[in-house]
Amino acid sequence: MSITEILFFFLSALAIVSAIMVLVSKNPVYSVLWLVAVFFAISGHYILLNAQFLAIVNMIVYAGAIMVLFLFVIMLMNLNAQSEPQKNMWMKLAGVISGGCFLMVLVSLVRQANELTNKKALTVEGNIGLIKNLGKVLFSDYVVPFEITSVLFLSAMVGAIVIGKKD
Amino acid sequence: MPIQYYIYLCLTLFSIGIIGVLTRRNAIIVFMCIELMLNAVNLLLVAFSKMHLATALVADKATKVGTDGQLFVFFIMVVAAAEVSVGLAIIVMLYRNTHSVDINFLNRLKN
Repeated sequence: MSITEILFFFLSALAIVSAIMVLVSKNPVYSVLWLVAVFFAISGHYILLNAQFLAIVNMIVYAGAIMVLFLFVIMLMNLNAQSEPQKNMWMKLAGVISGGCFLMVLVSLVRQANELTNKKALTVEGNIGLIKNLGKVLFSDYVVPFEITSVLFLSAMVGAIVIGKKD
Repeated sequence: MPIQYYIYLCLTLFSIGIIGVLTRRNAIIVFMCIELMLNAVNLLLVAFSKMHLATALVADKATKVGTDGQLFVFFIMVVAAAEVSVGLAIIVMLYRNTHSVDINFLNRLKN
């Protein structure tokens, strides 16, 4: 078993266990902290796939900015385990069964796909994930979508302020 | 790494996100599960962007195949950041009007 495989299985186990703990935790603050663990595991996967730019962006934007925003809102509302609304047992069971059926159908679909046999995702080779290559393509082929995202951010900012202000 | 391993991992994370949306009633947790599903898709896109690199590297050492997939992930992150800001504003507004983050309060919108 090579070091890459060991790292892959360790990060996968960390991601799945943390994702389950997001659902199981009663206290929303713990859910946010477990979700940060999931995002760090996914950043580890990006580094393993040699997508260094996305790993850093994922860590800064998701684990840094978005999760701190969630934590800020939860602490602003003073939520805790006592005020947590709960669905009844049968609704939870129905949700778990339908999610499990979805997973089962898709896994069986992937197992039957002939196009995917003997295909490998290269981990170390290839330098497409480096910031030099991504930056060149982003500012030549994708410069129009890049500019449109600035309009999207502006409209999201205006929308958040309009929704959030007291009328 | 065989591509199937990445597909199974991402499907599992996505299904956990779906189960979270279906079983929890706290609006913030539902929102966090949507983020989890977005991240599962991102990881799958990055894995697929490295899938056809092996055959392309044989023909050309400096190949750039797969760059588009990683840029799509970048744009998904941008859209997710905008979505979070608006969504959290809506949740704060819901809390201010009902003093709860229970999503069942939202069924009052239908009348």
